[in-house]
Amino acid sequence: MNTNPPTLPPLLLDNPRLDQWVSFPEPGHVTVSTGRVEIGQGVLTAMRQIAADELDVAPEQIRLQTGDTDLTPNEGYTAGSQSIQFGGVALRLVCAEVRGLFLDHAAAAFGYARADLAVRDGRVTRGGAPTAHDYWSLAAGVDLARHATGRAPIKDASEHRVVGQSAPRVDLAAKVFGAPIFVHDMAMEGMVHARIVRQPRRGATIRAVDEAAIRRAAKASIEILRDGNFLAILGADETTVEAVAAVAPGHVAWDGVDPINPAQEEARWLLQQPSIDRVVGAPPADPAQVAIRREATYTRMHIAHASIAPSCAMALYEGGHLDVWTHTQGVYPLKAALARTLKLDPSAISVRHVQGPGCYGHNGADDAAADAAVIAVRKPGIPVRVRWRREEEFGFEPVSPAMVTTVHAILDGAGRPSDWTTEIWSGRHSSRPGGGGNLLAAEALPDPPPAPPPTESSNPPGAGTRNGEPLYDFPAKRIHHHLIAETPVRTSSLRGLGATLNVFAIESFMDELALEAGLDPVAYRLSVLADPRARAVIEKVAAMSGWPTLDNPPLPGLDPGITGEGRVGAGGPTAPQLTLSPAGGEGRVRGSAAGGGSTKGRGIAFARYKNLAAYAAIVAEVEIEEIVRVTRVWCAADAGLVINPDGAKNQLEGGTVQAVSWALKEGVRLDTAGISSRDWETYPVLRFSEVPQIEVELVGAVSDNPPLGIGEASGGPTVAAIGNAVAHALGARIRDLPLTRDRVMAALLRA
Amino acid sequence: MQPIPLTVNGNAVSVSADADTPLLDVLRNHLGLVGTRFGCGAEQCGSCMVLIDGNPEKSCGTALSTVVGKAVLTIEGLGTPEHPHPLQQAFLDEQAGQCGYCLSGILISAKALLDKNPSPSRREIAIALDDNICRCGSHPRILRAIERAALSMREGSAR
Repeated sequence: MNTNPPTLPPLLLDNPRLDQWVSFPEPGHVTVSTGRVEIGQGVLTAMRQIAADELDVAPEQIRLQTGDTDLTPNEGYTAGSQSIQFGGVALRLVCAEVRGLFLDHAAAAFGYARADLAVRDGRVTRGGAPTAHDYWSLAAGVDLARHATGRAPIKDASEHRVVGQSAPRVDLAAKVFGAPIFVHDMAMEGMVHARIVRQPRRGATIRAVDEAAIRRAAKASIEILRDGNFLAILGADETTVEAVAAVAPGHVAWDGVDPINPAQEEARWLLQQPSIDRVVGAPPADPAQVAIRREATYTRMHIAHASIAPSCAMALYEGGHLDVWTHTQGVYPLKAALARTLKLDPSAISVRHVQGPGCYGHNGADDAAADAAVIAVRKPGIPVRVRWRREEEFGFEPVSPAMVTTVHAILDGAGRPSDWTTEIWSGRHSSRPGGGGNLLAAEALPDPPPAPPPTESSNPPGAGTRNGEPLYDFPAKRIHHHLIAETPVRTSSLRGLGATLNVFAIESFMDELALEAGLDPVAYRLSVLADPRARAVIEKVAAMSGWPTLDNPPLPGLDPGITGEGRVGAGGPTAPQLTLSPAGGEGRVRGSAAGGGSTKGRGIAFARYKNLAAYAAIVAEVEIEEIVRVTRVWCAADAGLVINPDGAKNQLEGGTVQAVSWALKEGVRLDTAGISSRDWETYPVLRFSEVPQIEVELVGAVSDNPPLGIGEASGGPTVAAIGNAVAHALGARIRDLPLTRDRVMAALLRA
Repeated sequence: MQPIPLTVNGNAVSVSADADTPLLDVLRNHLGLVGTRFGCGAEQCGSCMVLIDGNPEKSCGTALSTVVGKAVLTIEGLGTPEHPHPLQQAFLDEQAGQCGYCLSGILISAKALLDKNPSPSRREIAIALDDNICRCGSHPRILRAIERAALSMREGSAR
């Protein structure tokens, strides 16, 4: 048996009663409640597996309740790859405790020796033989309205029967057969469809609405609802409402809309902005130190969540109570934010999660829910369905902020960093509504709340600073963080947060330093990395991809030619060419990438997400003929105990594909009016024919190491491995994302 | 408003709606067939793909007037949990999906491909799906599932 955790997990302090998590309402069925919600990551399936093993019931006996402020524990947000690592661990402790209480009761009530008792499929066994008792027959004698102690022993990996199996997804069949599973598919008697005419900018005020012109566009009856600067089109016929909403913005005049600077779509403008600064980590290096200093700067544009469908919500205000159905990641924080916005008592609001398109972070889901709620309280008794328009989702969702990361290193005589600084410029990565009332509808109503203050969580996990500290064993490491308070567009969390650019910067720079030292990138990394789990994933991915230098001894010494001050900066690498080729023995295949021929390269990168969650190492193979194609990706990850191996691989694969898209294609475009990339042509993402072949392997998946969050683990390393592969192929490094044709051509001119 | 006749999933229906109503709205709001999903309304993402007389079409950009008397196949007509189409079975077997919002359109595009080309290469499958966006990154599994379905359909027809 595993030892007990020394303290109760925070989720059990917040939701202490066992019956908040587990109940036995009818014979043969267990109700398991989780505050976590299904956002395409397979969490429901995994939670069911966890509960099945710790309760010793069959998975089919479990009914899951999820994300409902009337029914489920408050687990905050389903975000940050924390559902299994924290929510699952809490559920596991509760289930183990519930099982123990039932066996204690059975032993006491029937005079059995406690040690002889076990449970199988919900039935108590004694010495391995069934008894007449089960959870349901004993339930009346066991009071679950008590606080969890967290002291019940949980099972070892060797005792798991369901955990560790690739159980099929509980939600997939409905999706394959086109069932009405999404909030978009809800229909209620008498409902009205609504669309919003958005404020072009925070603080914009309506000067005039040409209602007559808007009504002329309507083929069926509509209502125009206005309160302050909140303007909505309502009607029973969705086709009409959608058509009117498409033209309505042209008939509304606004004041207080200052143009923004489109040049801010690239990140370097951040360097000139006022910022809130802080330093985390080692004290400053001695400036008098005679040293080899290197630095390089990496950037990224704003990135959209680009959910496959725009956000949607349903709300009904009846008898003084508001019900909201939403694909938010946090039903409880949304409930609190709605209570503030609507000036309702929280007890008068129920927020229920219904599945939606994958969000990958804070997209328009909460805002759409607020839109529906604001309208519903003004239309009592009428169900209100708000579905954002596609251009609204692209144009008004909070995007992931543009970022600049500069890495500064002082090298020792062997070409290894003795002092490392990651300097980060970024807008905020988190502005979810629970924290500061950041809801578009609230801002449009009279007496809008003040703009929420910029925030940054401490490290680890950090937000913009996430993964800013490399896991490598450098003697001194620090982060300089410049939090930019004013950004041209609203920003918030996207899968990986700051880790994507920070890992790209750190891992690109590691390759640059390895190149300068004349060392293989794998060997160079292993020479400064003691963590055995980190080493294991790097060695694994090297083996999977046939990286040729695996057996080379680490750091065979420094090329004596490399000394003195210098920058790895804009001029590209000044060091000798790679002496150890990672490209499968064939070396770099240089055609003329600019004209006719293609060139290939391979790159590796590694990170442990947040320095707290899963370890992932990636090798990417690229082929470049003016544009970069990623042809193959290998991924090795260690997530501790894996609940559902296929589900974990699905998350790693998905994160990898999304990161290939980020690396090659993605950047939000701006014009003076705001976000101008409002469709899939102006915001292209990876298409099927561009997706690489991907191989994923899990390291140490059957393990008594606690589960580690995996959903965001592969993104940063994938982007960085592609960057390294491109540098390998071109012989010149591109430090700005995405890796577009123009940047490839510019790099070729430098090479 | 004159009712407009068409065939949906083998059933003759008539719809009282404006002639320029998008077929997607007809399916979802007039016929209650919500398995065909709204993604963009601009024929760019493929979430709303249906077959019209066997050809894959984006129903968000297809006016009701253009499908008069034609046969429409939606995801609901492809198969059921009791009688899954080989593609649906293969998607379950390969666990091909995450959020699943794109799957209806992808399954329809895949059916259109396999109807024309029972033995597509992986490259041909990928190209056939380039009109469909998946944002979760389920592509590798989806490609495998379609290969698997093609194989099982070939084996089925060979028996």
